Amino acid sequence: MTATHTPTIPPPRRLKPWNAVERGLAKVGISGRMLVLAAPVLWLLVFFLIPLAVVFGISLATKQFGRPPYSPLLTTEEGTVQLTLHLNNYIRLFTDNLYIAAYLSSIRIAFISTVITLFVGYPMAYAIARAPDRWRNILLMLVILPFFTSFLLRVYALTGFMRGNGVINQFLGLFGIEPLVMMQTDFAVYVGIVYTYLPFMILPLYTTLVKLDVSLFEASADLGARPLRTFLSVTLPLSLPGIIAGSMLVFIPAIGEYVIPSLLGGPETLMIGRVLWDEFFTAANWPRAAAVAVAMLLAVVVPIMLLQRAQSAVVER
Amino acid sequence: MRRGWFLPIAATLGFSFLYAPIVSLVIFSFNESRLVTVWSGFSTKWYGELFRDPQMLKAAWLSLQIAAIAATIALVLGTLAAVALVRFRRFKGRTLFSGMVSAPLVMPDVITGLSLLLLFVAMEGFLGWPQGRGMLTIVIAHSTFCTAYVCVVVQSRLSDFDRSLEEAAMDLGASPVRTFFDITLPIIAPALVSGWLLGFTLSLDDLVIASFVSGPGSSTLPMVIFSKVRLGVSPDVNALATIIIGLVATGVLIATIIQLRSKPKKAKA
Repeated sequence: MTATHTPTIPPPRRLKPWNAVERGLAKVGISGRMLVLAAPVLWLLVFFLIPLAVVFGISLATKQFGRPPYSPLLTTEEGTVQLTLHLNNYIRLFTDNLYIAAYLSSIRIAFISTVITLFVGYPMAYAIARAPDRWRNILLMLVILPFFTSFLLRVYALTGFMRGNGVINQFLGLFGIEPLVMMQTDFAVYVGIVYTYLPFMILPLYTTLVKLDVSLFEASADLGARPLRTFLSVTLPLSLPGIIAGSMLVFIPAIGEYVIPSLLGGPETLMIGRVLWDEFFTAANWPRAAAVAVAMLLAVVVPIMLLQRAQSAVVER
Repeated sequence: MRRGWFLPIAATLGFSFLYAPIVSLVIFSFNESRLVTVWSGFSTKWYGELFRDPQMLKAAWLSLQIAAIAATIALVLGTLAAVALVRFRRFKGRTLFSGMVSAPLVMPDVITGLSLLLLFVAMEGFLGWPQGRGMLTIVIAHSTFCTAYVCVVVQSRLSDFDRSLEEAAMDLGASPVRTFFDITLPIIAPALVSGWLLGFTLSLDDLVIASFVSGPGSSTLPMVIFSKVRLGVSPDVNALATIIIGLVATGVLIATIIQLRSKPKKAKA
């Protein structure tokens, strides 16, 4: 086993072409670094950054019939280029109650779900971090496994669980309890988000918790602190980066969630991702959908920055 | 001692919550009745039904192709990005670059989908490419967000391996490129395998982004499933889910074994 990866001395004959290629490129002013960076930088510029700019641009257009179904921003009329910007999408966003309600209710639903996920995920992450070595990898795999299993199918599995004649109500029926109405409520949406995003919460929490020095707990116990006290004043503050990273990993995608509210929520479950979807697919109003996307981006910018800072703290510790 | 019983119970409940719906889904895929939640006898007829559904099979084949291509593109781009982020401590625009790499991880799907669609439409207007939307545009979209995931996986592997091996190779006269292919690549290979698998499953799983950027006649598997599930429960979806869960479980198991096996090596190196 060990012999296979022991580095052997490189045979010199294959050495030369590489060096020659590198020297040749260096002559034209291209360094190795630039070559490594070129492909991912170009790809992400074209297919990530520029699209966001395009969204912003089209949010300032207005719907019209034709292909593409929005008004052009730049037009040439008798030799002069004209820039036409429409603010009507944003004005609608701020004056139409539907958008405001959907925006606020998305933030509320995402926030409540994130808190529940934290309360469910923290003890699990802590239990895994404290588990004996041979158990730990198995438990971690059990957390990751559902994450690899289709998201859509897991949401579907929940519908089978919570529907009127579903597993939970049949179980309750054994004890003579009246069936509960769970589907098509905000409650179902909370359960759906917690269920599908739980691994995102557990993994960063586990990463911070497993690195904590056990001697800190012993010191705290020696000084007479009871377990709960030790937890609140030692474990919890030290795991803060994990808490922030996990919470943001749940909160940010939950704000824009479409599948969960449309499969589990009722017609009155308003979420901004669903509004964007309907605006695009049902109303075919691309500029309005783009404006909704810009508004949604504003809601997630601060959480994304928080996440970046927390993640570097999780990794560096 | 409160924590003595609290943690195991919490973990047991948590894992039951994660797995109970999946288990019930699998059980009811073998149900005779069309009602997904009332047991009426063992049957595998829904599996037969599934394999006779041409729409489902076509979508599955399309999804598998897209996932394989997108995961491969993402593997290359993500590995390059990870090398740049871990090895080049300082370069112009590093913050912007690392932001661009990790933002697709958390970007809400509806934004990614809409922004890429608007880009494709604008590009078609200006450049005449890509013509229409279909498999190609889905591949591009999936490669973009999978790159972010591959990068995270490879990055963590790159940052915790012993650099003295690379230094030794360079001291012996190997160029940086040569060192990368002969020393670095074999060591990070397990991360590359898991990165590719992650990209593959995420692409196979995506509904929202694909819905935005796909064209007529190019419905992916999740799109077909979603349109079925929206109308209510259907037992053949249970059968399909069981097959997918089985495949994924096997895949994750193999990946975990590979990762566990490669660990002692790392310690000795």
